[in-house]
Amino acid sequence: MRKALRWLGRAAFGLLVVVITAYTLFPFYWAVVSSLKQGSALFEVEAWPRNPAWQNYALVFTEQPFGRNLFNSVIVASTVVIISLFLAVTAAFALGRIRFFGRTPLMLMILAVSMFPQIAVLSGMFELVRWLGLYNTLPALTLSYLLFTLPFTVWVLTTFMRELPKELEEAAVMDGASPWVICMHVFLPLLKPALVTTGLLAFIAAWNEFLFALTFTLSQEARTVPVAIALMSGASQYELPWGLIMAASVIVTVPLIVLVLIFQRRIVSGLTAGAVKG
Amino acid sequence: MRNVLKGLAVATAVVVPTLAVAETVAISCGTVGQEFEQCKLGAEAWAKKSGHQVKLVSGPTDASEQLTMFQQQLSAGASDIDVYRVDVVWPGLLGAHFIDLKPYVSEDVLKQHFPAIVENNTVGGKLVAMPWFTDAGLLYYRKDLLEKHKQKPPTTWQELAEVAKTVQDAERKAGNDKMQGFVFQAKAAETLTCNALEWIDSFRGGTIISDDGKVTINNPKAVEALKTAASWIGTISPQGVLNYEEEGARGVFQSGNAVFMRNWPYAWALANAPDSPVKGKVAVMALPKGGTDGKSTGTLGGWQLAVSKYSKNPAVAADLVKYLTSAEEQKRRAIVASFNPTIASLYKDEEVLKVNPFYTSLLETFTNAVARPSKVTGAKYSRVSAEFRNAVHAVLSKTGKPEDKLKALQKKLESLGRGGKW
Amino acid sequence: MSVPSGMPATTTPTATPAPPPASVSQLSRQRVRSAWLFLLPTLVVLGMVAGWPLLRTFWFAFTNANLSNPEPPQFIGLENFATVWDDPDWWQSVRNTFFFTGISVTLETVLGMMIALTLNTRFRGRGVLRAAVLVPWAIPTVVSARMWGWMFHDVYGVINAMFLHLGFIDAPIAWTADPRLSMAAVIAVDVWKTTPFMTLLLLAALQMLPDELYEAAKLDGAGPIRVFFKVTLPLIRGPMLVAIIFRVLDAMRVFDLFYVLTTNSSESMSMAVYARQQMFEFQELGLGAAAASMLFAVIAMFTVVYLVLGRSAVEEAA
Repeated sequence: MRKALRWLGRAAFGLLVVVITAYTLFPFYWAVVSSLKQGSALFEVEAWPRNPAWQNYALVFTEQPFGRNLFNSVIVASTVVIISLFLAVTAAFALGRIRFFGRTPLMLMILAVSMFPQIAVLSGMFELVRWLGLYNTLPALTLSYLLFTLPFTVWVLTTFMRELPKELEEAAVMDGASPWVICMHVFLPLLKPALVTTGLLAFIAAWNEFLFALTFTLSQEARTVPVAIALMSGASQYELPWGLIMAASVIVTVPLIVLVLIFQRRIVSGLTAGAVKG
Repeated sequence: MRNVLKGLAVATAVVVPTLAVAETVAISCGTVGQEFEQCKLGAEAWAKKSGHQVKLVSGPTDASEQLTMFQQQLSAGASDIDVYRVDVVWPGLLGAHFIDLKPYVSEDVLKQHFPAIVENNTVGGKLVAMPWFTDAGLLYYRKDLLEKHKQKPPTTWQELAEVAKTVQDAERKAGNDKMQGFVFQAKAAETLTCNALEWIDSFRGGTIISDDGKVTINNPKAVEALKTAASWIGTISPQGVLNYEEEGARGVFQSGNAVFMRNWPYAWALANAPDSPVKGKVAVMALPKGGTDGKSTGTLGGWQLAVSKYSKNPAVAADLVKYLTSAEEQKRRAIVASFNPTIASLYKDEEVLKVNPFYTSLLETFTNAVARPSKVTGAKYSRVSAEFRNAVHAVLSKTGKPEDKLKALQKKLESLGRGGKW
Repeated sequence: MSVPSGMPATTTPTATPAPPPASVSQLSRQRVRSAWLFLLPTLVVLGMVAGWPLLRTFWFAFTNANLSNPEPPQFIGLENFATVWDDPDWWQSVRNTFFFTGISVTLETVLGMMIALTLNTRFRGRGVLRAAVLVPWAIPTVVSARMWGWMFHDVYGVINAMFLHLGFIDAPIAWTADPRLSMAAVIAVDVWKTTPFMTLLLLAALQMLPDELYEAAKLDGAGPIRVFFKVTLPLIRGPMLVAIIFRVLDAMRVFDLFYVLTTNSSESMSMAVYARQQMFEFQELGLGAAAASMLFAVIAMFTVVYLVLGRSAVEEAA
């Protein structure tokens, strides 16, 4: 009886895993299928295209400077992640580990920044970018993306900072460690899963951002991937080259999947203690 | 040595003057694809001829997103783009940011173009944009299916509904349960304004707001037109048409699942592409009349070229506009890519007709095309259009009666227009 | 709690000799000073990036700024707010946004928790599943919204084809044309797209829990459900609340899904779509800024209420 129950539980668990995978992956599979179609084949529903149009993948790179766009996206997203994580770790240490007057209002102010719809800050941001002389450059995007990655990373890291045991810090203070050393050498290694996770989320947010990227760049060489994809068009104003768009989307998604596979061990590395130098 | 120096001096003397006047003009004209290609070819030909340089800027594909981008640029007084490609309804919205092109274009050249479009592009006595190519709504139909079921091409909307129903039901019986009678564009976007204006105008129900600024939308003819259109949904048109734009409709028609389609001329080349399932089975005609005493009409679409007030070289930019909108360049574009010229004489040009045999019937459509009331409403056009299409969308999705909706719309538009002073 | 090396296992806060009082206050003063030093770079960057654009928007909300008018804007007081307040379309968009936020964030939290717990157990192929779960989040929204629009298409969409095939429906459905159905469609896409975000944050929180807790609970003979509610949930409450806050803030500001997927008629708009339409489509920069400021006020009010109810997110639970 008990064996049967356990077996049933296992089967249910297996089924759950299968359903989750199907729900999350089916649209991506459909994107792959669509990316292998051209012309009228797009309007037919079939599980696998009869004559796959692999040339779509080549066309993506020959029709526009897509390689360059990919490179731009990598640069922008990486710099955004590095800057946000560095700033957020220091800020989170102060907000999470030190009690001082005005801490809560400050937290709320940082959060308030992400309460404005993007469309509302667009005009002001556009003026700022032009005034700094950054229009149509990658730094314009890096700078404007901090608007939504920074509050998020600060908040998340602050909550994780709070979870860390007090004893560690006290021991370090006894050893005469400065706040900087505590933050960078005692806590940072412990925060790895949180850092990798927030970093990854910030990376993807910057990687996929569309509105600012569209507004602050003008030439094809300065554009990032989402804009390049959105601006692909067919022979006329109304025609959308679905095959190409889907091929480009698949190309864009693959590096992120690889990134996740590389970092996924880190995400789940668990608590690795042993950071205090005796 | 001295000779070499002398040679160099001569060489630089020859090169420098041309460099001194070689300016770079940035033009935004369509995005990638066919349109971008053709614009690029034209602009480069001009560059070669004039000794200047061109830089092409691509924008979003969606017209309303393009408008947003242009507004950002223009309201910031940015000189990044010199020449803008503007929709036929934008001169009133953006006119304040463009230079007057009258000094650069001779009267004779202007006379060649369709007067309605030139009129449309003249705002407050200023010619803010030059006509580049034009568009109007057309009716596409499957001539093979009409023959098979012994039906004639319809001349009125009522006939269209009957023919569509007959063919659709017969085809569904014969095994194609996806067959639809009629597809058009009813997503609550600018495209629905174009569609609905065609129905109302074909019933002789006016153009929402008359040229002298009076709101005319609440009239029995317009009510009848919307009633007719609402009766199609769920009988000859799928429910999904309420979220179709051009491509949604074309997808259904081109995959062989619709008898009739209302669309712009661009769909012709695609429906007859080598891989199209309906290749050679399609015919195109003017849109039906609203009843026997109605008229055949199509909404005027199309694109113009304008020069930004903030351009650093307005004269050079205007020269590029002049070149691109000239008869020779328009002819080339019509032959290579079926862009409909804005110059009437080209519709009788043999070389053009050889490639586009359907142009003969188009000429009439273009000369009779109905313009959206963008000129009279100026900067408020988008708002008028949004109010109008939302009312129409509500009627089509059966959440409101045409009489009530048009009455409310009349009131709303009158308050917007402050009694005809737009 | 695993004991870090180099730290005697017996060390507890009470066992350390207390430093003399004078140095305590000095020490805490020093700590506060270093706190502000640590915060400075973040505040400077945020002030620069957010300060100007937000102030501009607030200022425009009180003026007659208009894109088609090159003249400098005039101050007109609260007129814009009154106009937006009296617009039934605005309230429709507020209702739509609240409905969307409530349903989709709830679903995302529940689903995200389920998936995170699944990924937190050890089974073969866990790494692959973890990467798979992130795929929806990785596809640019602009693209995935269009892709779903394609899949939802009533005549040649794959969803109708599948449902017809499976016998769920007997006629094709126009998912995105009907305002009610399109809301369901938008929620389905949003849940698909952002559940990974929840999953990942919850998973990171679960990963930081020490294993001993579970062993202790197991020894008590508690079932998995009881362990979850008694042990796991209280411990990951902080990160979970923060994740929910950010999801709610995002959902309230939702723009592209509605913009691409729905018919954009006044019946099916979100607040951000409304603000965009006023600003750019109607060129009424002032009205749009007022709508955006009101959207901000709505979100701010919600956040304050939420934080008061779930205080522990900001103030450490005593």
